[in-house]
Amino acid sequence: MTAQSVQPAPVQPPPPRSAPWRGINPTVLRLEIRRLLRNRRTVIFALIVPVVLFLFVGTNKAYARLPDGHGNVSLFLLVSMALYGAALATTAGGAMVSLERAQGWSRQLRLTPLGPVSYILIKTITAMILGLSSVIAVFVIGRLTGVPEAYHGYTYLWFASAASVWVGSLVFAALGLFIGYLLPSENVMQFLGLVMAALSFAGGLFFPLNRAASVLQDIAKWTPMYGLNQLVHAPLLGGTIDIMWVVNAVAWFGIFTAGAVYLFRRDTARV
Amino acid sequence: MSEMSVTNAIELAGLHKNFKEVRAVRGMTLSIAPGEIVALLGPNGAGKTTTIDMILGLSQPSSGSVSVYGMQPRQAIDSGRVSAVLQTGGLLKDLTIEETARYTASLFAQPRPVEEVLKRAGISGIADRRVGKASGGEQQRLRFAMALLPDPDLLILDEPTTGMDVEGRRAFWASIRQDADRGRTVLFATHYLEEADSYAGRIILLRHGLVVADGTSSEVKALAAGRTVRATLPNADEAELARIPGAESVEVRGDTVLIHASDSDSVAKYLLTRTSATNLEITARALEDAFIALTSDAAPAGETANAGGVQ
Repeated sequence: MTAQSVQPAPVQPPPPRSAPWRGINPTVLRLEIRRLLRNRRTVIFALIVPVVLFLFVGTNKAYARLPDGHGNVSLFLLVSMALYGAALATTAGGAMVSLERAQGWSRQLRLTPLGPVSYILIKTITAMILGLSSVIAVFVIGRLTGVPEAYHGYTYLWFASAASVWVGSLVFAALGLFIGYLLPSENVMQFLGLVMAALSFAGGLFFPLNRAASVLQDIAKWTPMYGLNQLVHAPLLGGTIDIMWVVNAVAWFGIFTAGAVYLFRRDTARV
Repeated sequence: MSEMSVTNAIELAGLHKNFKEVRAVRGMTLSIAPGEIVALLGPNGAGKTTTIDMILGLSQPSSGSVSVYGMQPRQAIDSGRVSAVLQTGGLLKDLTIEETARYTASLFAQPRPVEEVLKRAGISGIADRRVGKASGGEQQRLRFAMALLPDPDLLILDEPTTGMDVEGRRAFWASIRQDADRGRTVLFATHYLEEADSYAGRIILLRHGLVVADGTSSEVKALAAGRTVRATLPNADEAELARIPGAESVEVRGDTVLIHASDSDSVAKYLLTRTSATNLEITARALEDAFIALTSDAAPAGETANAGGVQ
């Protein structure tokens, strides 16, 4: 192939230094989380806003007396706010690629052995860690304000709700990545904050959909937050799971992932 | 040791790169041997950055081939044999200088210690500074430190001192030079003539995506502008001097003759052996003259001028 095969010189072959999967290591993840926490806007959106919203609407004593499924209305709102926070957090985490493309960091990384797939995985894992922090923050506040008493001993429901919120927020990590590749801008989160608020209203997160006009209800069923919102409340409310909720969540996850993969491929081919 | 068996650090063959209508690189063929310090010199738009991007695998040639130590560019980067300081490579403003280096180091299998590269780039003192708060020169030194992490055999620098003040530029080159003394191959692009002149052992002059000159600094100077041979020669015969092979024009000023020559060696030999000339001096014209002569649009394009003595 090259002159090397006929080379008689006693040159020591260099040790294999390639390590394309090394990118997913504790150093990188620790620094990525540190970056997110240094971003004041991200911290406010992902950790403070959902907690404050819950403290405003969820701790009303009247709600605590209203039973709702296995719990009460306070608990229902706690789960809603956790989903809102986790969705914002994972979207912000995924959308970091936008900032990194705008600043030229993704080009700098191409001078290292880090593979593009590893890069995407790092962003996803970071987004999910931030999402988990958001879920934990909301649930801890809920516990401190006395909501868990409403579980009447159903400790596993507590964890089932938190886990389903967290896993479900993967849909929004994909949305963040998609938008991150779509809009190379340093201010993408300002835009995404509005989008998330709109999607949360449409998905019935802030406002019961059954009180909306029927045409709005029909439209809402097709938006990305709808299926997840139903699913994450299922452990609390009991009852059967509508297959359409699952279809909604999985379909949106598929759409966002496909969009991110398509734009990502175009991005790496272009430069 | 037989030179032929050594794999070249860089081997470009018939390299072309087109961006829609623009032919940025138009057939570049050159080799750079291990240990060389080479300047890629040319005005803006000459194809320097485009060529470097292809050597690093950041863009694909429209045709032709690139090999780095006998490997594909991507392989050479993955194995840490080549690294670069790019003009456009961005840094994350929200990390500190040291964090950025640690992040990058963790991506390589056998990096040099972070403390060591920061020290060699001269930024250990500001390791805790946020990148967003560092000056342009400091950020450039950080890029240099990052490029040292894999301990590469080939270091590529694309206009590394753009935007630095004179002092920053001098300090930057001092660290590069110190580093090159260890036998690293260095290829740098620049449009500063004095940088090419002072730091490179070989200058490749580009214009409109073509190599227009390739040789040592003095060869490139001589190529465009020739040299001037000056000697003391009383009663000089101007017509005789003009007939010396390689002489282009003759000027007699009293006892002093000035001969502009394309082949100064032949003129000097003639003066010293066939005439009574004394105090012989040969001066090259400034590199800047060569640069202007070879890269201005008036110069003939499409021809590769090869300076003598260079492969």
